Amino acid sequence: MSLQEIYLLWSENAAISATIWLVLLMTLTYLAREPMHSMIHAVTSLMKSAFTQAASALSDVEQRLAQRNTEVLIAEGREASEHEIEREFERINNIVAKDLAEYPTLHRKVNDVITKLDEDYKSSADVPPEAPGWAKAVDAVAKITTSKNDPMVGDILESIHGSMEKNHEKTLESYRLVSKERHMLLKNMRPAWHGMNKDLKQVDQDVNALLERAQVVDRQMEHYEEIIRETDTAKKTLSSSSLTQFFVAGFVLAIAIGGAMINFNLIARPMQEMVGGSSNMMGFKVANIAALVIILVEVAMGLFLMESLRITRLFPVIGAMKDSMRIKMVFITFGILFMLASVEAGLAYMREILAQDDAALRASLLNGSDAMNAASAVSDRWITTAAQMGMGFILPFALVFVAIPLESFIHSSRTVLGIAAVASLRAASFMFNLLANSAHYAGLMLTSLYDLLIFIPLWIESKIKGTAPKARKKDKHGFNPLDTQSMKEVSS
Amino acid sequence: MKYIALILTTLLFGCDSGKELPTTKGVYMLLDTSGTYTQELVKAQHLINFTLAKLNPGDTFAVARVDTASFSEKDIVAKVTFDDRPSIANRQKRQFREKIDAFVKGVKSSGYTDITGGILQAVEYLNEAGVGKKTVLIFSDLKEELKEGYNRDIPLQLDGFNVVALNVTKLRSDNIDPREYMDRLQAWEERVNAGEGTWRVVNDMERLESIILD
Repeated sequence: MSLQEIYLLWSENAAISATIWLVLLMTLTYLAREPMHSMIHAVTSLMKSAFTQAASALSDVEQRLAQRNTEVLIAEGREASEHEIEREFERINNIVAKDLAEYPTLHRKVNDVITKLDEDYKSSADVPPEAPGWAKAVDAVAKITTSKNDPMVGDILESIHGSMEKNHEKTLESYRLVSKERHMLLKNMRPAWHGMNKDLKQVDQDVNALLERAQVVDRQMEHYEEIIRETDTAKKTLSSSSLTQFFVAGFVLAIAIGGAMINFNLIARPMQEMVGGSSNMMGFKVANIAALVIILVEVAMGLFLMESLRITRLFPVIGAMKDSMRIKMVFITFGILFMLASVEAGLAYMREILAQDDAALRASLLNGSDAMNAASAVSDRWITTAAQMGMGFILPFALVFVAIPLESFIHSSRTVLGIAAVASLRAASFMFNLLANSAHYAGLMLTSLYDLLIFIPLWIESKIKGTAPKARKKDKHGFNPLDTQSMKEVSS
Repeated sequence: MKYIALILTTLLFGCDSGKELPTTKGVYMLLDTSGTYTQELVKAQHLINFTLAKLNPGDTFAVARVDTASFSEKDIVAKVTFDDRPSIANRQKRQFREKIDAFVKGVKSSGYTDITGGILQAVEYLNEAGVGKKTVLIFSDLKEELKEGYNRDIPLQLDGFNVVALNVTKLRSDNIDPREYMDRLQAWEERVNAGEGTWRVVNDMERLESIILD
């Protein structure tokens, strides 16, 4: 039976047949309304539920990860803060041990100076010369009422005057001598005063330095307390600090990679003299691999050196070593680095020789001027040779400092990656929520569309029952297509 | 542990695989010494120097003359596989050039031109050398003249070979009838292609660099 025959099953007239089919289908659809609504509801509810659960799970993971990130951030911040406070206390200890340990000596010295000054001061007191005891007798003689013209009296007085003059000069001379000694004592006191002033200034400086350090420690402690309390300010500061460190350390690492590339180019060519220039390993020249390995070994030695010096803390095992062992390790790693740097300098020299040889050979083969080129090459290439050797020697030591930004990068990347993961999870959770909502509204739309197709039977039903169309009421599943309240619930 | 063993094995076999699939180049150059073509050998000398300058450590280079019977090791004027170390390779290049200079000074013209024999010798030599990229340079007018009794009607096995004809000069008879020249080139191209090799003609020496470096 063809489709045409089925279509015209009821009547030859297409319109009549179509009407019968329409009525029949509408009736069947009306009868199937309840199960169809149930099916649409079931499917969309299933989808909504699945998406909501996924969104909820992702949200939970995101929250846990965010919590974990905060814990990591706080732990790292606390560790860094403790480290800084520890360093500050070490500095204070150094100040106390170095400068204030000499304080008793200084105190004694100042006391000695003060005692000496006191003695000198006493010694330098101005003692007026004593008036001679016989002055009263002379005064009495001078009051004798005799004639002034008496030559005897005149002689006596003249003699007394002479004695007085002589005595006066003697006393004056003695006074001058004493005054001179006093001035000498006062003069000798000056360096003692200066010395004491200097010592006191030093004490003042030391105490001020100590006070400054104490203020720094106070600030560090405040910061540390904030971290311990896990305040929002501390979290924001630590997060911002991590991001800054990440980018700064990344930038410095990029510079270091540039340096390593220069280093690589310096030694890759002469390395062919050691391991051959034509053999390959996994598609790469063995000489290039060897050069790369040397640079990586240098970086590794640099890491160990920095660890041994306790500048970085990437390997707790090294940090926990005995001091004697750690110091041995410092010397060993430095020794290896020194040897590698010397090897690199030698290779850089070899590179220059090879380059000159190549240039001379090429010139002789292409132009036939071997000797001339060779002669000119030797005369003016010592500068580049020296520069290359210098770079070959210095770059390995410069690469040692890669350990510092590397440590910062690793620590901060943990936070940055955590933030990125949280953001990704949040975006995924949002997407699943969106899909859940879409599934819900798709169910509403399909139900309404279904009712739209059978609006005639629904209208008849409402007329017969004298009530509002059934579709406007909640069905047994509580699924009302026009119920905006349920939409709001889903949206929220 | 299993993964470590796998990585180590890969690394070890990585070295060996380098030998199985070499990246070195092998160049075999045939110099026509017949008749008046010997006058062109000075150009060939420059060409050899140029090739020497472009080859790297580990590469193989041989120069052989084309005479009456060229399918012989005796016709190889100079041959070398450059050392891995660049300094030794440079020394070898200088020695090679000296040999070529001496050969060009004392070369005597041959009566016949056995190019096919030379190519067969080149194929044998480069296959033995185990190089990655094999190039045969033919510095000749490509006019083969065989002595009576010599059979060179042999199919060439040139799979993986680049055959480059250099400085293919026009003979007097070519000027009279250029079809002879074109037919000669066509015949050689067909022979090389039939042997699964690639054929090129380069008369402009400045283009040789790209051929050697490719």
